[in-house]
Amino acid sequence: MVARALGKKAGRAVNLLNYLNSFLHDPAYWHGQDSVWQRLLQHCEYTGIALLAAAVLAFPLGCLTGHTGRGGPLVSVLATAARALPTFGLLVLLTVLMGIGFLPVAVPLVALAVPPILLATHVGIRGVDPAAVDAARGLGMRPMQILLQVEIPAALPSILNGLRSAAVQIVATATIAAYVSFGGLGRYIVDGLSEYDYVQVVGGAVLVALLSIAVLGLFAVLKRVVVSPGIRAR
Amino acid sequence: MSIFDLPSYVGSSFPGLIATQLEVSLGAVAAGLVLALPIGQACARWPKLYPPVLSVATVAYSIPSLAFFVLLIAYTGLTETTVLIPLMIYSLVLLIPGVVDGVRAVPPEVRLSADAMGFGPARRYLQVELPIAVPAIMASVRIAAVSSISLMSVGGVIGNYGGFGDLVSWGLHENKIRLIWLAIASLAVLAMLCDGALLLLQRTLTPWSRGRSGRKRAAQ
Repeated sequence: MVARALGKKAGRAVNLLNYLNSFLHDPAYWHGQDSVWQRLLQHCEYTGIALLAAAVLAFPLGCLTGHTGRGGPLVSVLATAARALPTFGLLVLLTVLMGIGFLPVAVPLVALAVPPILLATHVGIRGVDPAAVDAARGLGMRPMQILLQVEIPAALPSILNGLRSAAVQIVATATIAAYVSFGGLGRYIVDGLSEYDYVQVVGGAVLVALLSIAVLGLFAVLKRVVVSPGIRAR
Repeated sequence: MSIFDLPSYVGSSFPGLIATQLEVSLGAVAAGLVLALPIGQACARWPKLYPPVLSVATVAYSIPSLAFFVLLIAYTGLTETTVLIPLMIYSLVLLIPGVVDGVRAVPPEVRLSADAMGFGPARRYLQVELPIAVPAIMASVRIAAVSSISLMSVGGVIGNYGGFGDLVSWGLHENKIRLIWLAIASLAVLAMLCDGALLLLQRTLTPWSRGRSGRKRAAQ
């Protein structure tokens, strides 16, 4: 459709760096109400809220099934079902049904983030050394104490991995929110597409990729800080 | 008029959309697997290689699909390849750990027995190591296939290469909510069916491990 013309226009060998350079040196993008910073903030806001909501849904369930050892098949089915839901289609459908707003954007993002968190929590807690759990039980710990003081700390690397893939997927996918007239960094990509403005598209894409890398870095730091050294060493 | 009839502006029939959808999204996973098998094998052999390779795959995975498609238009034009390449690269982040886990699941004594029986490297790989690695690899292939089917629909934004994603775009532009419902339902059913078919394939390939599906590699 729109992109067909763009494709022809950009069909010849293109130097992406030139576009990026123009983007970085155009003051219009960096000041004022719709500045990069504003959109970056919006993007982080959606990501944070969606990740939090997905964690609130998936983490306790993963802890429960992982701790009791029951419901493994249920977790698999739930995760596959959530993965099978097409994020893009869901976003468009909910926007058409509910109007432009945060909820139609948030629901597909949460659905996207639930499977990695759920599976990582379940698998992480299931995979805790049974000897450690037995020892905790032998010390007289109650199930809740075992979960909070032994299983969750030991499963933290896996849980953090799950949260990390969820966060990266949300950051990358939140760009399509702009397709239904919502904000965030995706605006540059979608607006650029409809205005045949390749500079904007490249600039937006690079910004989103940088944000994802920043999220990866954040989780690497988080892992160093919160994971017990005894577990990290393994 | 049946619910599967599509308006003429979509430019494709319902079976036609299914064909495009499966061809591109599963083709991408197949291509990803072809890349992941040697990469994973190398990572299992030289463990020092694994963390950097996984980091590169994760960073590539973090490029937003919409941006990836758009940037590729400059090089591959508006073709199915433009949608296929990002999907293939995304699948690597799931498939490489699957292959590494699979190869590591081969007990050393089994490998030594194969050597002692006079298996050459190629025959040992094809007849001994690969079959033992199948459950872990297939678990990652199933997740990659389901994700790929869903992700491909974003291709509908850039043109006519999103399979059922095109239907979503048309539904929005022409204000035909029926098309959007149809696209979502078809994609979900298609993804589930593919998952089931791949599970069946895995059971057929590994008759000795019936009932033990290796879904646990899904954390990425």
